Amino acid sequence: MQALYAQLLVGLINGSFYALLSLGLAVIFGMLNIINFAHGAVYMMGAFVAYFLLNLTGVGYWWALLIAPIVVGIFGMILERTMLQWLAGLDHLYGLLLTFGMALIIQGVFQNYFGSSGLPYSIPDYPQIGGYHGLQGGMNLGFMFLPIYRGWVVIFSLVVCLATWYTIERTRLGSYLRAATENPTLVRAFGINVPRMITLTFGLGVGLAALAGVLSAPINQVRPLMGADLIIVVFAVVVIGGMGSIMGSIITGFALGVIEGMTKYFYPEASNTVVFVLMVLVLLVKPTGLTGRAA
Amino acid sequence: MSALTDDTLPVTPRALRDEMIVFAAMAVLLSLVPFSGIYPFFVMQALCFALLACAFNLLIGYGGLLSFGHAMFLGTAGYVSAHALKVWGLSPELGILAGTVAAAALGVVTGLIAIRRQGIYFSMITLALSQLLYFIYLQTPFTHGEDGIQGIPQGHLFGIFDLSKPTVLYYVILVGFLGGFLLIYRTINSPFGEVLKSIRENEPRAVSLGYKTDQYKLVAYILSGTIAGFAGSLKVFVAQNASLTDVHWSMSGEIVLMTLVGGLGTVFGPVVGAFVIIAMQQYLAGFGQWVTVIQGVIFVTCVLTFRRGLVGEIAHFFRRSL
Repeated sequence: MQALYAQLLVGLINGSFYALLSLGLAVIFGMLNIINFAHGAVYMMGAFVAYFLLNLTGVGYWWALLIAPIVVGIFGMILERTMLQWLAGLDHLYGLLLTFGMALIIQGVFQNYFGSSGLPYSIPDYPQIGGYHGLQGGMNLGFMFLPIYRGWVVIFSLVVCLATWYTIERTRLGSYLRAATENPTLVRAFGINVPRMITLTFGLGVGLAALAGVLSAPINQVRPLMGADLIIVVFAVVVIGGMGSIMGSIITGFALGVIEGMTKYFYPEASNTVVFVLMVLVLLVKPTGLTGRAA
Repeated sequence: MSALTDDTLPVTPRALRDEMIVFAAMAVLLSLVPFSGIYPFFVMQALCFALLACAFNLLIGYGGLLSFGHAMFLGTAGYVSAHALKVWGLSPELGILAGTVAAAALGVVTGLIAIRRQGIYFSMITLALSQLLYFIYLQTPFTHGEDGIQGIPQGHLFGIFDLSKPTVLYYVILVGFLGGFLLIYRTINSPFGEVLKSIRENEPRAVSLGYKTDQYKLVAYILSGTIAGFAGSLKVFVAQNASLTDVHWSMSGEIVLMTLVGGLGTVFGPVVGAFVIIAMQQYLAGFGQWVTVIQGVIFVTCVLTFRRGLVGEIAHFFRRSL
């Protein structure tokens, strides 16, 4: 049973990354009508910013959790301002091609300087409260041994996902955003600066991906191609869940992570492919995705 | 859907005549290659990719469907042909047939799944399906995982043509390429091709005119996949191996790039694009990962400033359809 719980936890962690990434993709798609192929690359950049902060300036994990998404988010906003905004009005496919090119550039540059092997990033050992050293070590829950860092990733990701959902679905800012998704021209007529909102939305989506990158750095190591394969799985997640609903993205992300983790336990040969197989099944049964509306 | 391509020029007898002239010139030039001192291996490789890009272009340029998983046809046909030639000991023509049929079957299966969603979802689904196949090929024994299938015998085509001679092989590949190219060209200018273009421009209207658009798209997808597979089978004789790189998503990206550089929805664009990209990889091979960066820069530049592609720009300048 220990191994089952361990795989369940791994599944929840991967599910957290799927949720954070597909959430960002959905928010960006809603405003920009672009599927951001560079989402895996910015996830990787988040992890690298954390790595640079620690090794060049000595700034640790907790600050990286705040700084990396901001830095990468600003980078994303610059990309949106200088390039993506010129695609407005063109076929959606050009957005995919442009961001694919960006992903190649970003990943290629990092590969040149860091190769393909992983760089270590350790779990923070502060603050030290009682017998605990930051997020290092673990605790015995009786039925399983829980590494604290892994539990932290799941809970923190869930909180961030729910906060994003709340912001978009329940606040005034979120209502502007949803309105601009439906009808940007009308919202603009009300005096709201829609282009600036689009830029900020892109920054937000990219920032979420970078945050996922920081969270994954101590678990998966920091590698230039860490996001390249992940993004394809996230695309499958997005196809399964549909991009119509924020909560749908979150639930689908976590659920698929758990299913993948279970597959690793019961039938490890299929653990790489299970998400894609599920995508095929969902397409056969309900082509619009689980939460999607008809296009 | 806004127009992907500059397709305002009507198909006139003059346009057809122009295209036939360019086709003839291309065929003559390519058939002179063995006498020119150009490295034939490079041209053969480029021809295989050119046919692959033409097949991809049939789908995006005339059907408006961006497949981000066309490497799966290249890889599948390659593996099946290689296995048929090496393990089953089939003759080259049967090996090519086996690979092409396998790609066609793959086209039927994945087409029925992918065609259920439009636009951007179609791209993501094809990408995910090709990644699924990548993992399957990574694990199944007959592909030999990371090693791939090596040292494939070339044999005698129809028992006559010795494919181990570079010049003979070159002309076989050239005939295969020209045949595939003409098939695609014929398809584009057939009534079927016209319906396909109308679906790309305005699908609801095509539906209201009574066309079963899903069937048209499915047939186009299968045809594209089959021809892509044929190109993959031919490539086996050139490279003499079949490996995982041919199924990887970066290969799908390269196919997209070739077509984009040459010109989406142009007849000759994918051929030009394939030669440009293969030549670039050849000359920049020593720069390691910078090749990836350069490819990315070309992608970005093409999308932002050069959407018609090389051939598209020329055609637009002369107000001709090429």
